[in-house]
Amino acid sequence: MSISIQSISKSFGSYAALEDVSLEVPDGSLTALLGPSGSGKTTLLRIVAGLEFADSGPGKISFHGEDVSEIPARKRGVGFVFQHYALFRHMTVAQNIAFGLSVLPRVQRPQKSDIRDRVMELLKLVKLEGLDKRRPHELSGGQRQRVALARALAIRPKVLLLDEPFGALDAQVRKDLRRWLRQFHDEIGLTTLFVTHDQEEALELSDQVVVMRNARIEQVGKPQAVYDQPRSPFVYEFLGNVNKLQAGSDVRYVRPHEIEVLFAAEYEPLTDSLARVQHLFSAGPIATLTVRLNDGQFLDVELSRKQLDELALSVGDEVAVRAKPENEAVF
Amino acid sequence: MSKRRVIPGFGLSMGFTITYLSLIILIPLAALFLKAARLSGAEWWAILTTPQVIAAAKLTFGASAAAATVSTVFGLLVTWVLVRYQFPGRKFLDAMVDLPFALPTAVAGITLTAIYAPNGWIGEYLAKWGIEAAYSPLGVFIALTFIGFPFVVRTLQPVMEDFGSEYEEAAATLGAGRWTVFWRVIFPMFIPALITGFTLAFARAIGEYGSVIFISGNLPLKTEILPLLVVGQLEQFKYEAAAVIAAAMLMASFALLFLINLLQRRLNWQNH
Repeated sequence: MSISIQSISKSFGSYAALEDVSLEVPDGSLTALLGPSGSGKTTLLRIVAGLEFADSGPGKISFHGEDVSEIPARKRGVGFVFQHYALFRHMTVAQNIAFGLSVLPRVQRPQKSDIRDRVMELLKLVKLEGLDKRRPHELSGGQRQRVALARALAIRPKVLLLDEPFGALDAQVRKDLRRWLRQFHDEIGLTTLFVTHDQEEALELSDQVVVMRNARIEQVGKPQAVYDQPRSPFVYEFLGNVNKLQAGSDVRYVRPHEIEVLFAAEYEPLTDSLARVQHLFSAGPIATLTVRLNDGQFLDVELSRKQLDELALSVGDEVAVRAKPENEAVF
Repeated sequence: MSKRRVIPGFGLSMGFTITYLSLIILIPLAALFLKAARLSGAEWWAILTTPQVIAAAKLTFGASAAAATVSTVFGLLVTWVLVRYQFPGRKFLDAMVDLPFALPTAVAGITLTAIYAPNGWIGEYLAKWGIEAAYSPLGVFIALTFIGFPFVVRTLQPVMEDFGSEYEEAAATLGAGRWTVFWRVIFPMFIPALITGFTLAFARAIGEYGSVIFISGNLPLKTEILPLLVVGQLEQFKYEAAAVIAAAMLMASFALLFLINLLQRRLNWQNH
């Protein structure tokens, strides 16, 4: 189901958490709400879930065209995975997953054996077969997260909402789970909205990235588009590494991999600058170079090992650097 | 024992702990048991099976359990109000909870007696219904509830304050109504703390003397509590008999507390 957010505002006292935010989340997409803390991304997610209500006004949340703004969380039919999972620690994994079905009114509640079957099916789906009798504290972080996911999916939600899904995990588990979640999403095809402050996570995982800042949406687009054509200096700086160069009163933004490094002998005065190699880091396939321009500014450059080997650089060498012009931005 | 430890001071602090526990708890208790051990098993039996002792034991443990139960139920409610809601006078109410800790128990006993006596503020109305509050087992129960109540609140309060709203929110997004959220999610998570609170209130009630003796009227076979019997024996210079009753009380309390602890251990989610 698609999610439509129309001019939502939310303030806590005098603090504005969201100001006139509108967003379309297409059916079946995996959309990332990306932004620094305090940008309003979690508040937006909670409003979509019905855990928070927008300020009165023209604002509206709809699922597949149906206005759900006034429907409380317990009747909204969303799957919500909390950052710290909020698993019920006095219940087993199976009881946790079954919770949403077991609290249905008697007439809608499935038979015990049907609930059991559904729990087993979900455990299989999240690759946790055989752990049904464990308690949450007996699981690893990654397993807990998948239990939380299975619990949220048990009620067959209209949309899936994840708050910092990988925030509480360590780096390696994070990477694995990220890939797994992408695959999982493609399998079940449920419209999913997730919150993250990690740009790498947002870019790698999502179909659509929503960059938020100071209670507003800064830019929406496919990861590639947002990364390649940032609409503001903020987005430029927030997504990936970037060099900021002062040129008169303007600031030029150039990504480290969008700079060519040439021998000083190939220097073209119109397009290039002369620089001296300040630092060289070349473990792994990508080498990082820090060069000092003649005007004293520093520039980070990324190039392949092959390029670096061809240039045969060492610290102190003079080089010519050239920004690939199509990707440079001036603000 | 020459194993190296990162945290220094084990020898010193352990030595202090053992000395301290010996002086404060072990030596007095050992003295009590030594005194009681001067009597034979048959003499023990004779003292402990007198109708007076049996009646007092029933009242002491029964009223203590009942009072601790009531304290637990209302302690939960009061803690909920103190933790969950912001209202004028909350701090004042919070401080008031501790008063039974601070008040001399005799003062509490006299005050409660004055209120619940047939001519007191509340006792007057209870009397109209034919309920005798002071000078009855009910009076004992009232006094024990008064002194046990803060233990429950103070045990539960930090646990409840740590308890984020996300469990309730998770349950809500899964479709649970408020009642279900409370009974199936919140309440079970508080059970370990409630048991601890109950245990403390119960243990305190068993040993309570000062407040009870005023309100109970100390009618033999009716409203006498075990600590009163101990004092009674002492006043008659029957030191061994007093020690026997005290030792038996101690063993019974210890057995009960130990059982409650075992029960709590079985609810093993407490520490996770």
